[in-house]
Amino acid sequence: MTGFTTLLYKELLRFWKVAFQTILAPIVTAMLYLLIFSHVLEERVQVYPGISYTTFLVPGLIMMSMLQNAFANSSSSLIQSKITGNIVFVLVAPLSYLEFFSAYLLAAVIRGLVVGVGVGLVTVWFTDLPLMHPFWLLALTVLSTGILAALGILAGMWADKFDQLAAFQNFLIMPLTFLSGVFYSIHSLPTFWQAASHWNPVFYMIDGFRWGFFGRSDVAPGLSLLVVAVCFVAISGFTLLLIRRGYKLRY
Amino acid sequence: MTAALKVAGLVKQYRQARALDGVDLEISQGEFFGLLGPNGAGKTTLINILAGLARPTRGTAEVMGLDVTRDYAQARRALGVVPQELVYDPFFTAREVLRMQSGYFGIRKNDDWIEHVLHNLGLTPYADRNMRALSGGMKRRVLVAQALMHKPPVIVLDEPTAGVDVDLRQTLWQFIRSLNREGHTVVLTTHYLEEAETLCERIAMLKEGRLVALDSTRNLLSRRHDHQAQFRLDGEPSAVPGLRRGQGSCWQFGFKEYLELENLMARLRADGIKVLEMQLLEPDLEDVFTEIIQSA
Repeated sequence: MTGFTTLLYKELLRFWKVAFQTILAPIVTAMLYLLIFSHVLEERVQVYPGISYTTFLVPGLIMMSMLQNAFANSSSSLIQSKITGNIVFVLVAPLSYLEFFSAYLLAAVIRGLVVGVGVGLVTVWFTDLPLMHPFWLLALTVLSTGILAALGILAGMWADKFDQLAAFQNFLIMPLTFLSGVFYSIHSLPTFWQAASHWNPVFYMIDGFRWGFFGRSDVAPGLSLLVVAVCFVAISGFTLLLIRRGYKLRY
Repeated sequence: MTAALKVAGLVKQYRQARALDGVDLEISQGEFFGLLGPNGAGKTTLINILAGLARPTRGTAEVMGLDVTRDYAQARRALGVVPQELVYDPFFTAREVLRMQSGYFGIRKNDDWIEHVLHNLGLTPYADRNMRALSGGMKRRVLVAQALMHKPPVIVLDEPTAGVDVDLRQTLWQFIRSLNREGHTVVLTTHYLEEAETLCERIAMLKEGRLVALDSTRNLLSRRHDHQAQFRLDGEPSAVPGLRRGQGSCWQFGFKEYLELENLMARLRADGIKVLEMQLLEPDLEDVFTEIIQSA
């Protein structure tokens, strides 16, 4: 257990030492999104009756920031360790593959949570956001950031250079998060894109998260939780399998 | 007594290349052992398999009787590896790195040992500096310290003195020798053959993934029967078998029996040539290494 807690501590300390980049920067980015989109669309768009556009936007922004940072944490830590070679310090230690996975995953989830709380606190000034189902929010947050953290571990293991990781991030993670209904309801989309959005697991994370705040969503919240939970189990299981095999870690 | 390290029929195949080709090797507890070979001989691959960084294609590898694949956690606790590459984590100080390395091996409070190792490796004044701020030699010392955090009975040093100054070498060997005297088994790979000759009791030589020599350092040195003598002469002697020109007025003479030296002297006297200087050159590990590697 000490091995796991030490690796977790190391991962937490790693992002804490560069908190400007890992915590403050995403909070500022989310705030800029909020300022711009709420300024432009507040008077023009009302997705759900009785809910302002800014109130609609904030949960999506919080979740998007959490997801992107959970992914960034595990993926960048692993690729940096692989490229600089210091991954050997962890690999020569008697850590089990489960401890290895859990430490990287949990650290990424915690960074996601810290960023999410930060974005939430900043956006409180802009809108009066209700908090209808806090435990639901917590469960969905942990599972959703867990998925992106596990994807980050996968990407970090798979990538041999920063360019490959950037491709993973820019061509997979970014489109999935941006096209998930953060800035709009999928009901405003043409039929084809509505159907396509249902194949995007991030859509369920955002939609379910929104329901946790003000009890309104595009799909049934139970379905969102189910999709997110199934994705978490599947991606985590696959990642664990690869770590156990030493994929691109032990040759 | 259980062997400190034991590999049997070890094969490692990387797609096209066979890095290890059926290596059998046993190293006893408490030995100071040298693992030599040219670049690409398979030394680092062998070490990586022992450390769990690479997986054997065939064969077995054990550390203190523990299989590195089956009993990986226990085997890793028994082994400390100093990697060849100068790797470090740029986010942390030396002391943080050592505390974390202790933690990875399940040791929660290790500050006394950390201080001891820092002191013995001359790292105390640099312990709270970020790893990025340390010189190459200092980073190398931290690597050695990291490998020792869990007090492993077997220590493997993969070219620990590559590119470091004399001061570090002396500090390092002094400390490693003291650990060896306390009972730690030490396995060393190095390109500085005089280090291996001075420190190691037994030596194995690898070439193209195969073990080409395994013997005590003394026996390996006595294998080479040829002697060499170097002369400075005041003239040019007539052709003598085994005598060849060196630089300037220097000449090298290779011989098997000392009687041949007497014959050479007689020939030089007959030619009216005086010996201005003479030096007998004892065979060293480099000669033995070159001979074995070339003939293997």
